[in-house]
Amino acid sequence: MNERDPERLTIAPDGRADTEQPRWRQDFPIDWPQDEYIARRDFTKFMVLTSLAFVVGQFWILAQSLFRRRKQELPWREIAPVDAIAAGGSLVFDYPAAHEPALLVRLDATRFVAYHQKCTHLSCPVIPHVEEGRLHCPCHEGSFDLTTGRPLAGPPRRPLPRILLQIRDGRIYAGGVEERTT
Amino acid sequence: MEFFVDPGRCIGCQACVQACSECDTHKGHSMIQLDYIDRASSTQTVPVICMHCDSPTCAEVCPADAIKRTGDGVVQTARKPRCIACNNCVIACPFGVPKMNTGMSLMMKCDMCYDRTSVGKKPMCASVCPSQALFFGTREEIERLRPRSRPLNRFQFGHQLITTKVNMMVPEMTPQNRIDVTAAMHESTAPQDGAEDVLLANLKID
Repeated sequence: MNERDPERLTIAPDGRADTEQPRWRQDFPIDWPQDEYIARRDFTKFMVLTSLAFVVGQFWILAQSLFRRRKQELPWREIAPVDAIAAGGSLVFDYPAAHEPALLVRLDATRFVAYHQKCTHLSCPVIPHVEEGRLHCPCHEGSFDLTTGRPLAGPPRRPLPRILLQIRDGRIYAGGVEERTT
Repeated sequence: MEFFVDPGRCIGCQACVQACSECDTHKGHSMIQLDYIDRASSTQTVPVICMHCDSPTCAEVCPADAIKRTGDGVVQTARKPRCIACNNCVIACPFGVPKMNTGMSLMMKCDMCYDRTSVGKKPMCASVCPSQALFFGTREEIERLRPRSRPLNRFQFGHQLITTKVNMMVPEMTPQNRIDVTAAMHESTAPQDGAEDVLLANLKID
């Protein structure tokens, strides 16, 4: 009895010494002081491993962002001839892949803008209101600025991803998606 | 300071039950039960409080590691975040102390008023018991107040031997050094010489 830890109060039902008990008795002690005891070595191990996990996480985020930048170099693709859309008109096309609807709007004679059509709130398709200068989402009355794609009103907080456009030889080409957070 | 239960002095007034449910830590829920020994033929009652075993069976059978014992040997109510309301402790406890609160999905049991006893106060039940069947005090006090009884804290349930923190008062001349509870249970159906069952013998003397 003398070599017993004074904080180990509970005796195992078989009455044998602590050293003869199975390992789980040490891991799940009944006594409060034992249950709440944290060894300095365990605490240090926890701190080191947790900070290591944070460091690895930072490098993972860095690798992810590099990978994403490389992936975004999308090929230029023709959408439509310039004459196909009147000023104030719009056209829905799939970009960069099928089933990813995007919206091309002709603001006036020379200016074109294109955005992903999915609202950044809950992915409803947005509808252009060119005369009001905004994109409207009917699901939760969200509004985006037509010239920049930034949210104006309603639940959406992030701007619509913008599609980069180029006009060559009277034809409109799309080449890349700019995802923005603010 | 120790807890002494003297069932022979219990008058069944329910004061302990009411006092227990007055406690702020479990307001409205009494952790003490008043048991009738043989209701058909006797008015004798026994207050049942947690005996706080040295090797708590309730904690041994808990699969969720929810029942813990403090450094001074008091077995606590199951921890709310861990208790899975499996009823293992309710079935396992030989004294029948833990009770499942199904509404709260939590096993609640007598913790010897840990908020009071840990700062040197008496438990609620012991402070109100008019006949002092529940007595909380020093061993010298109980020896002076009950010269014909002696405290016993070893119990036998079949092959299981249990040493408890709470003492049961038995007649001083009792030769046994443990209370064989299962034998006492059998005696009611098959009467023996009487001396075998010290718990009932205590009731006759006191």
